[in-house]
Parts: sequence; C-alpha cells; structure tokens
Amino acid sequence: MTDHDTIPVLAHGLVKRFGDFVAVDRINLEARTGEVVGFLGPNGSGKSTTIRMLCGLLRPSAGQALVAGFDVAREPEQVRRRIGYMSQKFSLYNDLRVIENIRFFAGMYDVPASLLNERTQWVLDMAGLAGRESTITGTLPGGWKQRLALGCAVLHRPSILFLDEPTSGVDPISRRRFWELIHAMADEGVTVLVTTHYMDEAEYCNRLVLIFQGRIVAAGSPTELKQQAMTGELLLIECDQLGLALDVLQQVPGARDVALFGNALHVVVPDGQTSIPRLRDALSAHGVAVSRIEPIRASLEDVFVSLTARLSDRRT
Amino acid sequence: MRLHRLIAIIRKETLQIRRDFPSLLITVAMPLLLMLAFGYGVRFDVQHIPVYVYDREGSQQSQDFLKHFQASEYFRLIKAVDNYPALIEALDSGACRLAIVIPIDFSERLSAGGPVAVQALVDATDNNTANISLSYSEAVAQTYNQRLHLDWIQRHGLNTIQSPLSVDTRTWFNENLESSANIVPGVIAIIMAVIGSFLTSLTIAREWERGTMEQLVSTPITPLELMVGKLVPYFVIGLLDTVLCTALAILWFEVPFRGQWTVLLLSCTLFLVVVLSLGYLISVLAKSQLAASQAALIVTFLPAFLLSGFLYPIDQMPAAIQVITHLIPARYFMTILRDVFLKGTSIPFLASDLLALALFAAILTILATRAFHKKLT
Repeated sequence: MTDHDTIPVLAHGLVKRFGDFVAVDRINLEARTGEVVGFLGPNGSGKSTTIRMLCGLLRPSAGQALVAGFDVAREPEQVRRRIGYMSQKFSLYNDLRVIENIRFFAGMYDVPASLLNERTQWVLDMAGLAGRESTITGTLPGGWKQRLALGCAVLHRPSILFLDEPTSGVDPISRRRFWELIHAMADEGVTVLVTTHYMDEAEYCNRLVLIFQGRIVAAGSPTELKQQAMTGELLLIECDQLGLALDVLQQVPGARDVALFGNALHVVVPDGQTSIPRLRDALSAHGVAVSRIEPIRASLEDVFVSLTARLSDRRT
Repeated sequence: MRLHRLIAIIRKETLQIRRDFPSLLITVAMPLLLMLAFGYGVRFDVQHIPVYVYDREGSQQSQDFLKHFQASEYFRLIKAVDNYPALIEALDSGACRLAIVIPIDFSERLSAGGPVAVQALVDATDNNTANISLSYSEAVAQTYNQRLHLDWIQRHGLNTIQSPLSVDTRTWFNENLESSANIVPGVIAIIMAVIGSFLTSLTIAREWERGTMEQLVSTPITPLELMVGKLVPYFVIGLLDTVLCTALAILWFEVPFRGQWTVLLLSCTLFLVVVLSLGYLISVLAKSQLAASQAALIVTFLPAFLLSGFLYPIDQMPAAIQVITHLIPARYFMTILRDVFLKGTSIPFLASDLLALALFAAILTILATRAFHKKLT
C-alpha cells in the first residue's frame, strides 16, 4: 500500500515515439487514491501505449511518470509489485484450468502461502467463478474470462490497477457487472486507470481523460466535460431518410458535429430557438419528413464527437 | 530468486507440456524413433553386395573362381547372365552393384601362367560401397592367386614355406567392429540436442504469439526465474529421455557400457544445460514459434549431425572444418559418450571435454538470461 500523501499515478510530459510516429505526445496525468480515471479515445489514439508506459512495459521516449511514487523508467520492478495490469488482449493461459491460472499468478506475485487459500477464494467469489475452478480457461465465455483476468491481476491486492479495454467484446450485462467490481475496489481505496472506447462506460468514471492522436484533448468529471465541451445547444432530430438528412444538415450554416445516433441525428447549433425552424425548413426543402426536433442533454458521446471533429478539422 | 515464483512457473510449464499432445509425442516418440532409425539405418558395414556374373568361358575353373565370391559374406551372387547387355541393364536398374565378367580364355591363360584379367564393373554412385566392393573383390582374387601358387608349388614337388610376415590383429573397444556400437551412443547426443533445443525454442516464442507474455512481464518475475522455471521441466524430460535411450542402447542394441554412470550423468547434465539454454536463447530472440523451431534445428541438429564426429571422424575432415567443430558443443559430448560407453574412460581423461561443455553451459545460460527483457516493443 502506498502512503496517503503520495499521488498513485503522476505523469508529466510523457512521450512515446515509434520511429517517426509519435504515439503519445506530452501527456500529463494524475490519479488520486480511490479514483476511477477513464481513458477515452478512438483506437490508435495512444491509450494502450500510455498505460503500458505507466506499467513499466514500455520505456517512455521522454517525460517522467511516477506510479506509487516510483519512476516507471528507473524502477519498473518496484512499480510492478504494486500494480495490477490487465492487458487489452486476453492474456491468461487458455490451456490451464481456472484454478491453475489463479495459482500461477498468485505465485508470480509471491502471495504468501498462508494467504493463498483466502485470496483464491476471494478472487473466485468476486469473479463469480466458484464451482468453475477446474474449467479449462479457454472454454469460458468472454465475460467470465475478463473477470478471471481481473481476479488474477488483483491477487496481490495492488493499490493501483491498470485496465486496458477490459470490457471489449463482452456482453452488456457482464460489462455492468465488471464495472460494479471496479467500483467496489475503488471504494476500498484502489486507484483505477481504465481505458475504453465505450462511451456509456465513461459515465462510470470519476474523472475522464479524452485522448486523441496521442494528446489529451479534454479532462474532467463527466459532468464538467459536458458543460465545458458543448458550446452551443444539442438538438435531437427524428426524421426519415437519415443519410440524406445528414448531408443536408452538414450544409446548414452554424450547424456542426452532425452525427447519427441510433435512428435519430444529433446536431450542435449556437442557439436552439432560432436554429430549429431553419433546420426544419432545410430538411423539408430536400423532401425529408421531420417528426421531431428538440433540445436534449449532451451525452459523453456527443462531447467526444464534438471534440474530435473540431480537432480533426484543425489538423487537416 | 523467489522459490514461490520458480515453483509456480515450473508447475505451469509442466501442466502445459502435459496438455499439449504434440509436445508429449516429441518427448516420448522422437527419441524412440531416432534411436531405431539410426540404430538400424546407419550402418557402415557393407555386406551381401548383390553381384551379377557373366561367365564367358563356363569352365570348371571359372566356376571354381566364382565360388570364392559366393563363399564371401560380402557378396551375394544373384544371377548368371550370358550377354553383356543383360549385365549393363542389371547395373542400370540397380539389380546389382557389382558385375563380374570372366574372359572366354580364363582357364587357358591361367594354365599358361597368365596374365588373365577378370573384369569387375562397379556401380559407384555410392562411392563408399563401391570402394569396399572393389577391395573385397581384390581380396577374393588375392586368395585365389595364393591357392594357385600353392598348387603350383606342390605340383612341382617343392616344400611349402610359411609367409614370413603376418599382422596379428586385435580389435579393442568394439571387438566385433559393429557400426551400432559407434553410432548408437552418438544418437543419444543427437536426440538430446533436438529435444533440448527444439522444445525450449518454442517456450518463449509461444508466450509472445499467444499474447500471454504481456501479462507475464507485468508481474514482478525476474528473467532468471523465468528461464530456470521454464527449463527445469525440459531438463527432467531430457534426463528421462537419456535414461530411455541408454537403456535401449544397452539392452536392445547391446552396446557395451564400460564406463561410470556418474560420468554419463555429469556429461548429460552439462550438455542438456547447453542445448536447453541455446533453445531458450533462440526463443527469446526469434519471438515466433516457426522461426525459432527452424533456427533451433539448424543451430543444434545439423552441427550435431554433421560436425560432431557422429558420422565422419573429425580428424578426417579438412583442417578449416576441424577448427569449426570446436565451436560445436555436441562434438565434446559425442566424444564423452563413445568413450564412456565403449572405452570406460574415467573423468581425468575426459576433463578437457567436460570442461568445454561446462564453458558452453556457462556462456549460454548467461546469454539467455541477459537476452530476455521485460519490455514490449
């Protein structure tokens, strides 16, 4: 366990270059004890690379990161003893039984023999795998595998947990259950850094860091982000011919960040009162029948679309 | 080095080997297969060379001469033909390796005191067998000549004299000059080289390929723990295979074992450490199972097969190649194995070979631990 006065995760100006490609570009990051920090961004934005550097698996090209108070570049072994890491790809042994994977990682983390049975039972209960001890891991359903992977990453009761897309390819119910586990651990004082590209999951985090093309583009609590990022008003439009409507709306002056959400469209406008009639007219002029237009509260996905769209425009 | 972690890796690796059928097959079936294949397949003794004859004279004397061929265990008279084309065809088709042609005036010339030449046509595609066929043929002719001399001397009423010089031979170490006594102990070295390096060459590469390495390196495991933990199960397998092969050699192939078990065990241990660390080193560097296994075969099996003295004596190789053989660990092990089995040599006489193996073992284990980094790329 770390002292209460050390910040569990602290990164400053972290850079990772692969040849000419800058995967992570001067990232500053901080996570406090018991905080669940979400790392949000599209594939290839540098989320995994950042996490791997924080776990001491990749050497930073520049900058510094302290995890549990230890420099990840200089004392990676000290860091590894204090963290749990779950990689993006399932990386337990598929040809071992559930219990054998648990025992193996308990051995890796040097869990004392006196605590072994207790910890094993704890992980089995937590992951809901009691009774499945002798199942060959490879035959478990995806959600169960992820819970087992989480269990194996926390056998040594680390104070900091790094989870790289822990719920990718997992059904919604399993995902919800997984997040309950994460929060239970955070309540016990574990600091959790988790990457995801599921926007609904981001709502579970205490704090979010939006990363795009290797840079942090926004950070804050989900509520803060929504207020901060959404300059203007978000409208929901229900209509037919969604594809055509999308094209039409993109041509309307003032309208931006037009995006498809289910069978409706989201669009950001400077002012709802004046914009709604204009949008309605533009759509009907092209033969699109509008059934509903109304202002709605922004979701994180809107925030994300809005931010990344603005950044992409600026860069191209 | 934490015992906990070491035991955990050993146990995990053992479980994985037990559940992986191909690995099990390689550890059990391959030694047996190689033992039998080499034990029976590789023979330098040439016997029963198939022979065709074309006796153009067909006299009593010519038949008498051919009986000498028939009596020799090196030759087997398959067929007598009555024309050249049949002989050529037999050589072409491989029906015979040696064709003997007796001239039409064989007995006539012999009674006139010679000279007479019997023609021997040899299929020399396999130069070794061809050479042996020729020298055995000459030996047959020699014996026949001696008999003629003897007859002549007796017919002229002269006293026979003993040949003043003879070589009194005694073969040591391999009294019956059996190829298997030479080959079989060597096969043990080949098997250990293959088992040791091939299986371990997969271990690290497999973890990279399956993605399990990422989780593994995120734990506090040290490179030394990882290597020792991964190699111990293969070491045990290697030793069991050695016992199996030794038992086969002694009980089945009846190779004499005259040395000390401790010497055998010591040299096997050293050689196993050499090949296991070499396989591990390859696995660390290659990162793909296919590349690693191929590299392992090229680096261990081929030199052990060709340059260790297994098939060809090292002192008969070109000087440059002889120098290279010093870099082949199997060379030292091969010498030790043959000496321990056949000569019963004790440790003092094998010190230099054992020392060489120990040196290779030390260098390779250090390289293997150093090569592994707990980093992703």
